Amino acid sequence: MFRLEARTSTPAWFNLALPLLAIGATLILCSGLIAIAGAGVVEAYGVMLSASLGDSYAITETLVRAAPMIFTGLAVAVAFRAKFWNIGAEGQLLAGAVASCAVGAIPMPGYLAMLLMAVAGAAAGAVVAQVPATLRVKFKVDDVVSSLLLNSVIYYALMALIEGPWKDSFSGYPISPPIEDAANFPVLIEGTRLHLGVIVALVAAPLIWFLIARTTLGFRIRVTGENPEAARYGGINVQRVLLSTALLTGALAGLAGVGEVGGVHFQVMSDISPGYGYSGIVVAMLARLNPLGVVPAAIFLAAVMTGAEAMSRATGVPAFLSDVIQGTALLAMLVALLFTAYRVRRVGASR
Amino acid sequence: MSAVFEQIFQVGFLAAIIRIATPLAFATLGEMFSERAGVLNLGIEGIMLLSAMAGFTATSLSGSLWLGVLVAVLTGALMGAVHALFTVALGLSQHVCGIGVTLFCSGLAYFLYRLIFGQQSVPPSIKGFQPVPIPLLSDIPILGPAVFNQFALVYLAIIAVPLAAFVLYRTPWGLSVRMVGENPRAADSAGVSVIGTRFQAVILGGALMGLAGAFLTMAQFNAFTFGVVSGRGWVAIALVVFGRWDPWRSAGAALLFAFVDALQLRMQASGLGHIPYEAFLMLPFIFTIVAMAVMSRNAVAPSALLKPFRREER
Repeated sequence: MFRLEARTSTPAWFNLALPLLAIGATLILCSGLIAIAGAGVVEAYGVMLSASLGDSYAITETLVRAAPMIFTGLAVAVAFRAKFWNIGAEGQLLAGAVASCAVGAIPMPGYLAMLLMAVAGAAAGAVVAQVPATLRVKFKVDDVVSSLLLNSVIYYALMALIEGPWKDSFSGYPISPPIEDAANFPVLIEGTRLHLGVIVALVAAPLIWFLIARTTLGFRIRVTGENPEAARYGGINVQRVLLSTALLTGALAGLAGVGEVGGVHFQVMSDISPGYGYSGIVVAMLARLNPLGVVPAAIFLAAVMTGAEAMSRATGVPAFLSDVIQGTALLAMLVALLFTAYRVRRVGASR
Repeated sequence: MSAVFEQIFQVGFLAAIIRIATPLAFATLGEMFSERAGVLNLGIEGIMLLSAMAGFTATSLSGSLWLGVLVAVLTGALMGAVHALFTVALGLSQHVCGIGVTLFCSGLAYFLYRLIFGQQSVPPSIKGFQPVPIPLLSDIPILGPAVFNQFALVYLAIIAVPLAAFVLYRTPWGLSVRMVGENPRAADSAGVSVIGTRFQAVILGGALMGLAGAFLTMAQFNAFTFGVVSGRGWVAIALVVFGRWDPWRSAGAALLFAFVDALQLRMQASGLGHIPYEAFLMLPFIFTIVAMAVMSRNAVAPSALLKPFRREER
């Protein structure tokens, strides 16, 4: 028999090794599906790698896709640190996209437009996240369920908007009117889609790290998450911390939507997010809720998503493999995390 | 206004409620068993989707509806076992594992469906379950055609509710489930296997979720599409809270939700003003959130819910 034994300390190299271990296990497990689909495993992964990171254009495409997941990953990391179970990043992202699109359609100087889009998008996400937090604080409603259900509500609200008042009267497609050209985020490298929002996302990660690790609010968030009883005893208003955390997490998820509108799509449509909100959970867990780890984790998932499409074209393996990889990576990482708290011991059969 | 009113409350209205409630009832009972044993299963949305796909595929390839149901149930049970492996045996976070199971199952469902059926402009369909009138009972006015002229799976759901109540409250196994969900340490001292009972409850829950998925692709839509589950799993989780972890109340909650959903469908069809139909699609979800806010104040969740059990730890 094997038995789990509590660790007294966790080796430092685990922080880096565990996510890599989880990713390795995931790729090995998912190679079975590639084989079932009748393609060569090495070839399929090779195509994925070269299409996502193989040349400078591929790298910029991967970064463009990573940007929203950096934001949702940060959002989830912040929320989970406080044990505010925000599964609603998807809805908060959509709210941010809608709000920034509404603002971006107003004619005004470009940089003012971008600033106001960011403010509006962050505010919209924050308002949405405030709902499950308030319901939890005031009515003891489980935040997991309420934030999940809100995703559906926001999605249908978005659909109602683009099927109704925002519907493109010219083409008849359910897509919103585009934002003003001046509000389009500047492209950083000519010939790519690498936009300003990607840089903002990359800068946001160390800022959020600083906030969590070095500020009073960050300290309150961490203590509230680790031990609410101790937090209360130490004079921390746990409820207020939860509400502040909700504002922060919602604003971050909202910014993910802003980047998609301002830098990638320039309008809102039904499939503006291929589940970036849920991917944020995978990203945050792979990063072990560390804001700095969110960046490589998001780039990994983005590379898988970008690569999967090319792999599908080249080998016929359905591109949905990238979704399976996400789910498997999350579960593998959870198992890997077990080894930070426990070690596996062989024990005699006598037990 | 009365014309709209009449249009909404037609004879078919009650039948529609029952059909909408059926998959929700299975899913809600499944989630309830799992949570009663102390395990939140957020994998439900994905488990329903994968089971719906598996059942549809089995029927499509074999031509047998009941084989499809069996495959869906086994798929659900297997995925329940996977969730139990992570949360019960390894004691990992139930929230995050459940999301992982949902992501994994959804991805796998779409992946395998595309692999088996390829990309087609018109999704393949099957001849699904047909209504089976029950002699005599189906002749009762109003109630008869609505309740007793239904798919076999609807009857199964009607039987499943009292059966679940019986199993939970009147059998030794049901007692064990409630014990490991309320006070696992006491259950352990009394010689009940906490790990074993939780595994069984989560697997049974998964099987019921599989049945819910089977209903969607094999009785309601007769095809597998991307939005086939579309949040019904998440709703079931809310209905468990709303139904206070009780089979009868949970079934009642499913009926109430189905009523709102059916009403929403009728309101769409009656073309009230120029309101986009998505505004109506939001209603059941908003209703569920409001209902939870009202009910959660004195809801009594199983006290060991979300808490992993490790014998060595105190």
